[in-house]
Amino acid sequence: MTREEVLKDIRSKFEGEILDFCDKSPHRVYMEIRPEAIVPMASHLFLDLGARFNIASGMDMMDRIEILYHHTLEDLNLMISLRVRLDRDNPEIDSMGAKLEAYNWIEREIAEILGVRFRGHPDMRHLLLADNWPDGVYPLRQDYEEWDPSAIRDRGV
Amino acid sequence: MGRTIVPIGPYHPLQEEPEFFSLTVEGERVVDIDVRIGYNHRGIEKLSERKNFDQSTFVIERICGICSTSHPFAYTRAVEDIFPMDVPERAKYIRTIIAEGERIHSHLLWLGLAGHFLGYNTVYMWVWKLREEILDAMEILSGNRNNYAMFKPGGVRRDIKESDIPDVLRKVESIVGTLEMLRDAIMDDPVIHARTKGVGVLTKEKSIEFSALGPTSRASGVARDVRKDSPYAVYDRLDWDMIVTQNGDVFDKVVVRVLEMLESVKIIRACLLNLPGGEIDAKIKNVPPGEGVGHIEAPRGETFHYVRSDGTNRPVRHKVRAPTFMNLPTYKATVVGETISDATIILAAIDPCYCCTERMAVRDVDGARLYDGQDLIRLSQLKTERLRKELGFGS
Amino acid sequence: MSMKLKALLKSPWVFHLSTGSCNNCDIEVLDCLTPRFDIERFGMLLAGSIKHADVLLVTGSCNRMSVERMKRMYEQVPRPCLVVAIGECALSRGMFIHSYNCPVPLDQIIPVDVYIPGCPPKPEAIIAGVVKLIEKVGSKT
Repeated sequence: MTREEVLKDIRSKFEGEILDFCDKSPHRVYMEIRPEAIVPMASHLFLDLGARFNIASGMDMMDRIEILYHHTLEDLNLMISLRVRLDRDNPEIDSMGAKLEAYNWIEREIAEILGVRFRGHPDMRHLLLADNWPDGVYPLRQDYEEWDPSAIRDRGV
Repeated sequence: MGRTIVPIGPYHPLQEEPEFFSLTVEGERVVDIDVRIGYNHRGIEKLSERKNFDQSTFVIERICGICSTSHPFAYTRAVEDIFPMDVPERAKYIRTIIAEGERIHSHLLWLGLAGHFLGYNTVYMWVWKLREEILDAMEILSGNRNNYAMFKPGGVRRDIKESDIPDVLRKVESIVGTLEMLRDAIMDDPVIHARTKGVGVLTKEKSIEFSALGPTSRASGVARDVRKDSPYAVYDRLDWDMIVTQNGDVFDKVVVRVLEMLESVKIIRACLLNLPGGEIDAKIKNVPPGEGVGHIEAPRGETFHYVRSDGTNRPVRHKVRAPTFMNLPTYKATVVGETISDATIILAAIDPCYCCTERMAVRDVDGARLYDGQDLIRLSQLKTERLRKELGFGS
Repeated sequence: MSMKLKALLKSPWVFHLSTGSCNNCDIEVLDCLTPRFDIERFGMLLAGSIKHADVLLVTGSCNRMSVERMKRMYEQVPRPCLVVAIGECALSRGMFIHSYNCPVPLDQIIPVDVYIPGCPPKPEAIIAGVVKLIEKVGSKT
């Protein structure tokens, strides 16, 4: 398939799910989609179109939480990033990790550093942070503040 | 048969991410594996948001000491992707030279440790001696053995002096003879074949499902290399081959890495001899709002960076994904079903940061037996010794 | 000088402990063993088990998870035991001082005898540092 055919295929299959479409450069396409559509769309990219899952990157935008799922079609040298916007107070999205192994770890990471709930994820233990890290403290939120009174932040000179 | 839980880790002297493995074994067979990482989490993504675009390169260089160039490389490409721009020709060549030099020393490091685990300590010492030549060459080019600090958004920080080129070339090419000898030795040695062929197989389907990267996937027959798929710097202009093998076992992973080093020497030679003149820095004044993605082929696979700018001098979000993050979960597919003496080399085979397996502790559930990491390496080395005798090589 | 310390200085067995470093110092420590630098000519040997160690070489910025392990390992070293901090992270946490996961510097957790600065220190510097440690302890007692 060519680049145009792939994009047409995605746009026709998920007509109502794509909220915004940004053809940024020959190798980069960003699509904003409805959060409910992430599982069918990412599965379509991964399983039917043979894309490789690069990674998901979550970020706190103060008024919302955004997650980008980056997929690469290696034959076309095309990276398709699916963007979802989640409610910052109660971020929740369906889990891809339940279905495909490649998405498993990054969802664990986003859950603990940004506090996103992945519905149906099989294994929601801590991945990077210590087991005694306090609940409800998410270090990559913009309003993160030091919670540990014993921390020393000067060099002692 | 009773099940035994084998905790491995978390401390290993050589690896960038200390991990904790818990293997469940039945007799000699591994039936389940679980991984716990986080012993090395330093919050670099958050720290990078406190730095400006130029300073960030120094922070992310310290993500990993072995592939210290791959992260600034991916990051600078991500920044340059925010507002599509091109870096000067000479900078592209210099970037390629540094990245390939790093690939050689990283693969050499891994090969030495793989030799150590298999009981070939001579290989370990020889290969690490060989590695010093590459580090010397990198020191001539950048001024430091590791952490080169050569990259900045828009170009490179430091030029290569014409007078240094012959020295660097001589040092890099000096490894070829020994490397070819090692390659032939690995291809011919029946003991290495017996130890590594058919061990820890990652099938092509599993490799795709896990989105495995770099040599780990190329050894399974998945032709996946960012240098070919999405050419950057000057890789599309040079003559080099992507090494792909089909079996996905430990042997194929060794072969892919050894052959790749020879390709890297070729690339460095071509770059040094064809180095164009001109500027080395495009001098970026400010970064406009937007987002960019940069990915490059690090020694272990694709390194991926995502940078978002809001028009100030700092990134608002900087996401880093190292190749091992995708390769580590493949243990679920490779270790299960193998024996505990092979686990050492399988765990090391994806180059997870080397000597993951150096400090294992084996404990029976009833507490009857206690092994430490040395014992497990010894177990692996004894198996090689036994095979040598069986194959008639003496001791 | 106690018999134990005298024996220790003759041939110090080092154990290397990484507490969340970038791996660079760790590689340089290992590099000391290999033919170019060959630290064994000073009688030093990298011990595989903490129970065999005389000198602890600590690298890294002490993150929350590894620091608990480090305390436990420090308790297990046979005494007398000397501690060497290698690299900027172990000295003052370097650029990780404001990291949410690196709350306390190494020398606030366990006593440190020698500091070897550098990012990473060269193998020559590590060898020189350990030799200085031997001289310092040898002349004091």
